[in-house]
Amino acid sequence: MGNLSSVISALATLECRAESTSNPDDIAQARALILPGVGAFGEAMQRMRALNVIDALSRRVLNDKAPFLGICLGMQLIGQNSTEGGLHDGLGWIEAKIDALPADAAIRVPHIGWNEVNWSEDGPINQNVSDGSHFYFNHSYCMTSANGCVAAIADVGKPIVAAIRKDNIWGVQFHPEKSQNNGRRLLRNFLNSAQARKG
Amino acid sequence: MLKQRIIAVLPILNGIVVQSMGFKRFLPVGKPPVAVEHLNRWGIDEIAMLDISRSASSGFALQTYVADVAPYCLVPLAAGGGIRTIDHVRDVIKSGADRVILNTAVFDNPALLSHAAERFGIQCIIAAIDARQTDGGRYEAFVDGGARATGMHPIQLAKQAEDSGAGEILLQNIDRDGAKTGYELELIEEVASAVSIPVIALGGVGVPNHFLPAAKIEGVGGLAAGNYFHYTEHTATVAKAALAAGGVRLRHDSYADYRESKINAQGRLQKLPDKKLEALLFVHYTDEVI
Repeated sequence: MGNLSSVISALATLECRAESTSNPDDIAQARALILPGVGAFGEAMQRMRALNVIDALSRRVLNDKAPFLGICLGMQLIGQNSTEGGLHDGLGWIEAKIDALPADAAIRVPHIGWNEVNWSEDGPINQNVSDGSHFYFNHSYCMTSANGCVAAIADVGKPIVAAIRKDNIWGVQFHPEKSQNNGRRLLRNFLNSAQARKG
Repeated sequence: MLKQRIIAVLPILNGIVVQSMGFKRFLPVGKPPVAVEHLNRWGIDEIAMLDISRSASSGFALQTYVADVAPYCLVPLAAGGGIRTIDHVRDVIKSGADRVILNTAVFDNPALLSHAAERFGIQCIIAAIDARQTDGGRYEAFVDGGARATGMHPIQLAKQAEDSGAGEILLQNIDRDGAKTGYELELIEEVASAVSIPVIALGGVGVPNHFLPAAKIEGVGGLAAGNYFHYTEHTATVAKAALAAGGVRLRHDSYADYRESKINAQGRLQKLPDKKLEALLFVHYTDEVI
């Protein structure tokens, strides 16, 4: 559903081999999972249902605690629901709702471009990523809150959730695969967490 | 805070990046992956690849050009040229483009925009509007690589594109293509105030200082240029230095940074004082391993 090849290319620069899959058996065995996403919320959920991957994904992430990274729409999909194109239910892994970017934001919507990301934690997700460093955003819907798991915010005139973290579940609204070295640092952190879990 | 963006446009003619003058004359630059690799290193904020080949025999080749450069592109990549169907949109995105640029379809087939926006989100769709002054000085939007007049004013077409599902407007001035006289600011301002989505300005940049006036226009979300970026080193970084000197807030994440250098009216960097250069001799830069 989204830009898988960009993510795979970025991981390749970190000497990590990733494969794109929609096979529940692959998901059940994956050491770590990344859910990227360019697209519309409702359509993405529908496709995931049609591909029959939701059970495997939930089991692997929620029960087996495999490291998970949701990117852009992939972060939004783990929320409870989204108002994009009508109300659609998400995976509901975290307590968050997805809404259109605030109309009174100081920027034009969509929110496209490089914005500063301010981290509210010093955790595994933002090691070597300095506070206020730039990441590339490209979206028109966002999380305005995420109960207890906000890891970073970005400013569009109002604060929006830029990253979330709840144990092994990571999510970023921006595109690390398209954010040059800052993005590579974040992806490296994710790979490190996958590595640490194995060891 | 969201930063202003510098976007490099790479026109591709039969597989080669070219400089373009008035959509008519072209100079070869080189292979797309090499250009993309350099621009990435110089801290460009986004790259837009436009296949401008017009031979019917070549067919739709955009996705192969995208696939060739994607591994070298760690900044957002937009691609357009010849996209006519939803399958084209899908293929180009699948090959590694983050966004697609539509021009002829914006006028001929607005339903394609709506369809693509529904499926991939509006943030994925850029409507390119090529404007040219016709007799009497009135601006008109052109399609088919500037060959066919639409009879519509660029403002009218930009509004229609927004309604159809475009997330951004790439406003290109055909008369200024390769002219090196700077952006045509009036039209940019008019279009930017007529729509509520961001507008990218394109056409006319010859020297770094040309970027600045458009950066100050409300609603301009990106500053694009094509020819300017080639045949000289570090063009993206120098452009950013010129903008920073004018008070524009940008991302400065490249190993090279010219914010302390002076740039003359011809756009050339002025030599640093000898003392500074001597000190630089002993500065050792190592590539960070991530």
